[in-house]
Amino acid sequence: MTNIGVAKREKKQGRVAAYLERNRATDDNYLLKRDVSRIAVGIFTTVLLFGLCFLIVQPLLHQFSNSIMSRNDLLDPTVIAIPREPTTDHYRLAANLMNYWPNFGAMVDGGFTPDVDTSTFGGILTAPFQLWEYMTGYFGSLLNTIWITALVSVLQIVACTLVAYGFARFDFPLKKFWFACVILTVLVPPQVIRVPMFLNFRFFDFFGLLSIFGEPLMLTGTLSGYLLLSVTAMGLRNGLYIFMLRQYFRNMPKELEESAWVDGCGKLKTFVKIMLPDAVPMLVSCFLFAFVWQWTDGFFTSMFLRGYGVMAVQMSALGETFAFHHIQQVAAATGTHGLRPDLALIEAMISTGVLIGIVPIILIYLVAQRFFVESIGQSGIKM
Amino acid sequence: MAGKNAVSGYLFISPFVLGFLAFMAYPLYQAVRMAFSDVWLDLPNNSFGWAWTGLANINRAFTIDAEFTRAMTEEIFAMVALVPAVLVFSLFVAVLLNRKFFGRGAVRAIFFLPVILASGVLVGIETNNSLLQAVSTQIQEQNAMRAGVTGVIENMMENFVGGAGIGDFFQYVLDIINQIYAIAMASGIQILIFLAGLQTISASIYEAASIEGATAWENFWKITFPMISPMILVVVVYSIIDFMVRTDGEVMEMVYTQMTAFARFGYGSAIAMIYFVVVAAILGIVGFIISRLVYYYD
Repeated sequence: MTNIGVAKREKKQGRVAAYLERNRATDDNYLLKRDVSRIAVGIFTTVLLFGLCFLIVQPLLHQFSNSIMSRNDLLDPTVIAIPREPTTDHYRLAANLMNYWPNFGAMVDGGFTPDVDTSTFGGILTAPFQLWEYMTGYFGSLLNTIWITALVSVLQIVACTLVAYGFARFDFPLKKFWFACVILTVLVPPQVIRVPMFLNFRFFDFFGLLSIFGEPLMLTGTLSGYLLLSVTAMGLRNGLYIFMLRQYFRNMPKELEESAWVDGCGKLKTFVKIMLPDAVPMLVSCFLFAFVWQWTDGFFTSMFLRGYGVMAVQMSALGETFAFHHIQQVAAATGTHGLRPDLALIEAMISTGVLIGIVPIILIYLVAQRFFVESIGQSGIKM
Repeated sequence: MAGKNAVSGYLFISPFVLGFLAFMAYPLYQAVRMAFSDVWLDLPNNSFGWAWTGLANINRAFTIDAEFTRAMTEEIFAMVALVPAVLVFSLFVAVLLNRKFFGRGAVRAIFFLPVILASGVLVGIETNNSLLQAVSTQIQEQNAMRAGVTGVIENMMENFVGGAGIGDFFQYVLDIINQIYAIAMASGIQILIFLAGLQTISASIYEAASIEGATAWENFWKITFPMISPMILVVVVYSIIDFMVRTDGEVMEMVYTQMTAFARFGYGSAIAMIYFVVVAAILGIVGFIISRLVYYYD
């Protein structure tokens, strides 16, 4: 034992001596200074990042510990973070109240009776959509929110990328005016034009053209209304994505496209083949923003997607839904009416709802992150 | 060539132009018209009643309403204090997160959390509940009594300096430290914008610089900073807009209560319009100054 220990110590001393020897060979103790400053910076950043991370995560940790506490723990002032009787009841109840999981079982039990009308030609054309609409009734809020949010964000990012490229690379009359309009759409928050916007979509009439042929359309409460907004880059904060992507495209070297044009590549093809592959990190981050904001958005959701039971609606309503559920339960069990649940229980319930509501976005971020980390290598080659 | 360029340009931006004309222009026009009118709900006819009142609403905002001008100036001063801090903080964090270290993915994910937590329906989801609201105001009042993180330092300084107080600059720094949570929560997007920008800087530039003997400090100011400067413009513009139009801002809450609780659509619209003209002016000035300093690689 001792021999090995001595040998080890000697080896270590030898290494230190060699290191000091190398240090002496450099000017002005360069090697030692460099390594010491590296370690110092490393320790400093570790402490700093750890502190900041804790600052951000702390509210979530608090919500998590709330969400696994039983009622006794919630009311017990000596229980602060770690519950005495951990429970998953809140999760079960929250998922139930939010209609979280898909319920295909009910669809099968119900005998799968989609209300598809194929008697007319128009009915046959729209049959797939009718079938899809029937299915979404059993999707639950999680699946419904995922497909709606993904579809909407992809459409928005495609539209915004095209528009941003147009602003970044072409000169055309009234360019400044249209760009000011882009800024205007971000600057005026939806809350302010809520009322006129609602009226506009409730009786949608494209400059009076539609009323010539028939009735104005009702776009509120329909997904297609919001899809129309998305393909025309009018969705939630789309002006911001246009601005970000335009700044990005402006900063790319022009020679790339010019050489592609000289070689006879069309404008659209140049854009798709040359510019887009380099822009992947920026596109992925814009997509992420679009996805997250769409997921939690209350404004456009309340205008267009109320009937689809998406997560934003379920999360913001959970407090009241739970109170209602609790009152009903108490009334059924004891016959006393109007007994409201404890505040602590409501808070635990909301915490649980928020947690299961945002877990999917965090997972999607973790997946998407890989894309924009891996594309670093690509962006370097062409400069 | 110029004509062809113009056509392609318009083809690229055509989705936006169509969308703006079809969905945005008319509501905007209506909102502006509301600001100069008296608008009331005309329930029997299921519509709105309009009466043109000219500048009456604007007058009212500046001369009669005691709250509005105060709230607006306070928001602007708060913005001027917060945005530089957010800019420096997010650039600093982005540079840190762009280096290689153990657990980088996890740390990046954590810094992304504020983007989720400070968005949409999640803002104040706990205080929006009717029952929790009463309790939360009480808790806030109690918390206001407690000093911030730097309360001890401030007390010490005051004792040592002998009641003369601390300098304005130092007070600003301490205020920033006390607001670190607000700053971290407001910087989620900005960090990601900077990260995406940092990752597009070619590694070969840094290699060339380090062969020439540039230090990390020089690399930052001579390469990173100029290359990231278009993103600085984005971040500043975004931070200003994000702060000014956040749903729990004082002016925005005034607009919202005027519109919903009092159903004063005309007046609510008017204060919103004044506010946006002011914010747009600030953006114009800031954007003009920064875009002089931005470096574009072309």
